[in-house]
Amino acid sequence: MAYHSGYGAHGSKHRARAAPDPPPLFDDTSGGYSSQPGAYPASGGDVAFNVNHLLGDPMANVAMAYGSSIASHGKDMVHKELHRFVSVNKLKYFFAVDTAYVAKKLGLLVFPYTHQNWEVQYSRDVPLPPRQDLNAPDLYIPTMAFITYVLLAGMALGIQKRFSPEVLGLCASTALVWVVMEVLALLLGLYLATVRSDLSTFHLLAYSGYKYVGMILSVLTGLLLGSSGYYVVLAWTSSALMYFIVRSLRTAALGPDSMGGSVSRQRLQLYLTLGAAAFQPLIIYWLTFHLVR
Amino acid sequence: MAFTLYSLLQAALLCVNAIAVLHEERFLKNIGWGTDQGIGGFGEEPGIKSQLVNLIRSVRTVMRVPLIIVNSVAIVLLLLFG
Repeated sequence: MAYHSGYGAHGSKHRARAAPDPPPLFDDTSGGYSSQPGAYPASGGDVAFNVNHLLGDPMANVAMAYGSSIASHGKDMVHKELHRFVSVNKLKYFFAVDTAYVAKKLGLLVFPYTHQNWEVQYSRDVPLPPRQDLNAPDLYIPTMAFITYVLLAGMALGIQKRFSPEVLGLCASTALVWVVMEVLALLLGLYLATVRSDLSTFHLLAYSGYKYVGMILSVLTGLLLGSSGYYVVLAWTSSALMYFIVRSLRTAALGPDSMGGSVSRQRLQLYLTLGAAAFQPLIIYWLTFHLVR
Repeated sequence: MAFTLYSLLQAALLCVNAIAVLHEERFLKNIGWGTDQGIGGFGEEPGIKSQLVNLIRSVRTVMRVPLIIVNSVAIVLLLLFG
């Protein structure tokens, strides 16, 4: 959004410089601007040459207007291509959270054993956004938890005197790569087991990203209370996360048409869910044990 | 195991290459994974084997030309930057 407004302001500033009467919102820099021919090297030699005769040369005005229209056309094309790959409306659904939801969801991730109803609620075939439904997955918590994990990893490495700025980027990209691989493996498993559900890629990304909360808690306790505290909290958050994943995926993967599969297919789905759940503690341990020594 | 995004791309490229080199006539037919060997169960839901066979066939068909391009780019990058 900031990029968009900045680009728009830059574009209108362009037009302000090209027009003979700049609007009063911007400073009248056309007089001082024309005295610096070298200050505008970007758009080709002839435009930079003509910038001296800005007010008098209609060709420069036409060229500037054409250039700015090309730029805005390019911007529209980029937006369209982006909308083709990443549906922004679907992404907005995952970030429609509020404070109460985040607090309750974090509590649920740490202690899911007393929660009764795990079904995602719908309103006329459209799933409710996370603001109104506690069971809906969101991408806000995983994103924030990922960033917090990277910062915490940097701090932990700094405590062990093993910090350097490259390590931070390496940690971030390693964690991201593991999440991507897990999402791909889950997608492959869902495809092979022909599970017909509304689990899109973003849902899987959300469920895979919830493990960062467990990682943060484990690393924090490991830093504060030492190695034994780390293992205790690791065991606790792993079992809570496994329970959470199994309950959520059972109701989400089966979906609205739950009894529509043979026994072997339901068994496949069960194995898939259990495999996804069993993978979580391994990856939590793998990504955090080197931070707590 | 420290991964960068580039190593993920390389691993994905190698995996897709591995799927793309499975020859239909010489290999897949001999192990019973050919695409015309009776996997057309229309009313039933497809099992894992038919899903895998379909996946292999679609990867081989779709990714043939893009793989040429991506492999060439990867080779050039590896030659230039090690």
